[in-house]
Amino acid sequence: MGKQATRVIVNGKSHARVIDARLTLADFLRHELNLTGTHLGCEHGVCGACTVLVDGRTARSCLMFAVQANGCAVTTVEGLAPEGQLSVLQQAFIDNHGLQCGFCTPGMLMTLTELLRDTPAPSEQDVREALTGNLCRCTGYAGIVAAALDAAQRLRGALAKPGSP
Amino acid sequence: MKPAPFDYHAPRQLKDAAELLVRLPNAKLLAGGQSLVPMMNFRYVIVDHLIDLGRLDELRGVAVVEGALRIGAMTRQRDLEFSPEVAKHCPLLAEALRHVGHRQTRNRGTIGGSLAHADPAAELPAVCAAYDATVHALSVRGIRRIAFREFCTGFMATALAPDEMIAAIDLPIWRLGHGHGFHEFSRRQGDFAIAGAAALLDVGADNVVRRAALTVFGVATAPLRVEAAEARLAGKPLDTAAIRAAAAAAWLIEPISDIHAGGDYRRHLAQVLSARALNDAARRAGVEA
Repeated sequence: MGKQATRVIVNGKSHARVIDARLTLADFLRHELNLTGTHLGCEHGVCGACTVLVDGRTARSCLMFAVQANGCAVTTVEGLAPEGQLSVLQQAFIDNHGLQCGFCTPGMLMTLTELLRDTPAPSEQDVREALTGNLCRCTGYAGIVAAALDAAQRLRGALAKPGSP
Repeated sequence: MKPAPFDYHAPRQLKDAAELLVRLPNAKLLAGGQSLVPMMNFRYVIVDHLIDLGRLDELRGVAVVEGALRIGAMTRQRDLEFSPEVAKHCPLLAEALRHVGHRQTRNRGTIGGSLAHADPAAELPAVCAAYDATVHALSVRGIRRIAFREFCTGFMATALAPDEMIAAIDLPIWRLGHGHGFHEFSRRQGDFAIAGAAALLDVGADNVVRRAALTVFGVATAPLRVEAAEARLAGKPLDTAAIRAAAAAAWLIEPISDIHAGGDYRRHLAQVLSARALNDAARRAGVEA
């Protein structure tokens, strides 16, 4: 019952599958594509651990069916470091003690990737507001906020430097 | 935490969606999914058919029509939050949207979905109540216009018939220069409000209130217009005493008690938040009250 042919572009690669309509995008990524970087905490849209980008906008992948993403471009945490080279934000997390157990980290990174793209010079309040939809049960928010602000500064510096990528 | 199996339909034409809704047994409409999908994951809701409105581009967009801001039901909350038309014509809606869920849920959530869900603590129904919105209910029989006053019929219940869906919402535009205010109290940013208030004030050059609207929400089964407060304001000069007297009318409501807060506390909040919303509205209307 309810099988659907679905094609989703994930981290730049197209994947076609025939799937149950009830399969969430999160389970599609984890079980069909083995992209287990996307974490599932609560599975009802509260914790934010499963946050991914759908057509460039953050979404909770536990609150979307994979069939809804048919034809969409999805970016997961794996897409932030396709060649194994960490993104500026990921490196800033390491440098600022932005993760402890790491469970919430993929969701945090995706939310902040969107924020830093749309708001290159965020205030601390902007960062904290963006993160209201992501829970860290290690309560390591101070490090996460510091990492976001540090990454924003590094990204602005890279932009200001002539000739840099 | 997996939903029960269902058949999925993604119509590309509005009339196909309306026909599916008539034809399919135990079917539900999927808008942004930010309330429905959690309920499906918990299996509070089990459907045989899910009709996804996400491919219906005709349900998206914002336009000024007949003196009202007409908003397509499937317009995403985040698009409304940053819409120049909303900011210009219905700034109360823009302000309220910043309190709706989180950035990730606003990216997906729609205005029509929020209204159809009709959570008593939700912000968007409260805004529609303040504006005296009109809901366009579409079915195979055509479009039926429902005044928002008649739209909420009880706890998470609406006047929509089983074969009807929301196509658009009209928010009547107030005179340019009117004031607005929105305040809510929740334990954490993004949570549903324990109580909240939304206010609109049109103040003449003589400092006399030409028109007032005050809605409180989170306190009853649906958003409530505080007509006693509006009556105390309309046609009279606006000052601190007038706002205090109007907000005090929020004491007259009979709030609900639940695990989040007692009725007495909600009544207190309704009054305090009404005063704050009215003060903001007065200030934005150019009155230092």
